[in-house]
Amino acid sequence: MSAVPVDLPRWADIALVPLVSVAAALLVAGLVVVGIGENPLEATALLLRGALGSAEGIGFTLYYATNFIFTGLAVAVAFHAGLFNIGGEGQATVAGIAMAIACLALPALPGFLAVPIAILGAAAGGALWAFIPGWLQAKRGSHVVITTIMLNFVAATLIVYLLREIIGKPGSMQPETPDFPAGAILTPMHQLLAPFGFTLPATPLNSAFFLALMALFAVWLLIWRTRLGYAIRTVGANPRAAAYAGISPAAVTMIAMAISGALAGGLAVNEALGVQHRLVLDFTAGYGFVGIAVALMGRGHPAGVGLAALLFGVLYQGGAELSFDKPAITRDMVVVIGGVLVLFAGALDGLFRRVIATVLRIGRGAA
Amino acid sequence: MDLLQLLAVILDSTIRLSIPLICAAMAGLWSERAGVVDIGLEGKMLVAAFASAVAAFATGSAWIGLSAGILASLVLALVHGFAAITWRGNQIVSGVAINMLAAGLTVVLGNAWYGQGGRTPSLEGAARFGDLTLPFARWAREHVPGLGLIYDEVVSGHAAPAYLAFLCVLVTAFVLKRTRFGLRIRAVGENPAAVDTAGLSVAGLRYGAVAICGLLCGIGGTYLAVAQSAGFLPHMTAGRGFIALAAVIFANWRPWPALGACLLFGLLDAVAIRLQGVTMPGIGLVPVEAIQALPYLMTIILLAGFIGRATPPKASGLPYVKER
Repeated sequence: MSAVPVDLPRWADIALVPLVSVAAALLVAGLVVVGIGENPLEATALLLRGALGSAEGIGFTLYYATNFIFTGLAVAVAFHAGLFNIGGEGQATVAGIAMAIACLALPALPGFLAVPIAILGAAAGGALWAFIPGWLQAKRGSHVVITTIMLNFVAATLIVYLLREIIGKPGSMQPETPDFPAGAILTPMHQLLAPFGFTLPATPLNSAFFLALMALFAVWLLIWRTRLGYAIRTVGANPRAAAYAGISPAAVTMIAMAISGALAGGLAVNEALGVQHRLVLDFTAGYGFVGIAVALMGRGHPAGVGLAALLFGVLYQGGAELSFDKPAITRDMVVVIGGVLVLFAGALDGLFRRVIATVLRIGRGAA
Repeated sequence: MDLLQLLAVILDSTIRLSIPLICAAMAGLWSERAGVVDIGLEGKMLVAAFASAVAAFATGSAWIGLSAGILASLVLALVHGFAAITWRGNQIVSGVAINMLAAGLTVVLGNAWYGQGGRTPSLEGAARFGDLTLPFARWAREHVPGLGLIYDEVVSGHAAPAYLAFLCVLVTAFVLKRTRFGLRIRAVGENPAAVDTAGLSVAGLRYGAVAICGLLCGIGGTYLAVAQSAGFLPHMTAGRGFIALAAVIFANWRPWPALGACLLFGLLDAVAIRLQGVTMPGIGLVPVEAIQALPYLMTIILLAGFIGRATPPKASGLPYVKER
């Protein structure tokens, strides 16, 4: 991402740079906590206990992590093709709309049919909303960043209109659809694992978590083990060289964006199909933007995205628990941490690499 | 209400709704003409709105609020400059970071300080910019038919930052087009290597543009919280920074057309508010959302080259690396 390449050993590049930026971001968050007159160490302890201290906490943490895996992967896949997809929010919104229409318009089907149809609907909706900017960049030369931003707002107004006029629950003042048919929902984890002798507390964690894990593996497979993934990485590294090698950058741009959008649709699957069992307004709740931080921190690699998503899951769940005990610290703190992380791991990447390189050189000089 | 009165009322709210857009669009114009892409206009306006409301509430002076708003926005602008100019980071990523930072920090601090879910206490009296009545407004309304009413309703009766915003357009247009500094700013956005060869500091000029961008966003954000509303609400910019960005693109990165685009988008907003819940013959309930989505759709269509052509400054988004 940076224009000043600083050579670092591979281990430092993969592990040290993200770790140092996370540490620095948490430090900034700690300073904010001090600024509002609370004890950051106490806050951290409460946060960790809330997120990981109980089976219930872990359930919630993994449920949030599921959302971040999907939105993080969406950004990461586009990154590999040299595209910056800031449209995760809008793509997830349209995915939710498509899924809701699929669930509500079809006759009541048994679960093994209804669930795949709903998931495919979500993927198709998200893919369509991302394909448009991909197509516009590939064929009409408009930049993906601006178009995805604009389409986020178009999607936001679209869902308001549809929930009020077309697919909204009749007679309800809430902007929401009727409940999905009983077959078209994902099984909560505590019910899913009960036959195997695990008794878990009821949490929003559901089988979409397994879908997210599969998505992580599938993206790894796609990017590093397939012809298409090779094409995506080549276009991302150098579109002109790719064209010279017979790869069409235009086609790859459109395909990569569509895949990215389909992954963002996973957010709708976890939220609407897995937890709410209906489509509500604003279900994307900023997960799409935090996905940018997740992808940057995870260095675009599924393993990194998984770990970063887990970190944000901990922050989200721990942050919710923390705000019960310390009402002065709201969960918006996570957005602050996300913002600082995007700044440090993304925009100020060059600075951090330079600092790490200097420190490593000093270490080597002394030895 | 007769037609003229209705027109005057709609135009008046058009101006009110356009002011934040105008400030942010001029801000974006400065930054982008110097080659620094800024999608963080939204975040800068948001912190300015928050800081101005906090300072105005604490001191009871709207003008101190304005200074605080500008200062807060300036700080974020310099963070963007530090990442984008000094460290040649990705300007889009930096803009996203600034928006997230602003969205989170304003709510966290607002909630910690006032405990009202992120709102600031409402501003009263001198802590808010009141509406100014221009000279002869009342007189013209009574004695000049037609135009007098328009003058009183539309031109007169806005808060001080609103007039400041229009002044900013004038100054932006003049400085960019007619002064040496403006020429250099434009040059650094088109061909930084040439500016460097001429012995001028590319980084210095870009920092200057980014700082002006921060200042203008500060005025826009302050107008939102201390003039249009009586205090800060979480996420109160509600996408205005992005509409302003759309206006800049729509205007092909030129000041006067950008003003026009902002007024047009403001008019759409005013009409949408006016038509909320109105039933029209043939259409039924007016789909207000369609009008609200128009600025975004128009920008997408324009960018795609279906109407006209958007030509950004040549070096926009590219960090400048001096040859060695």
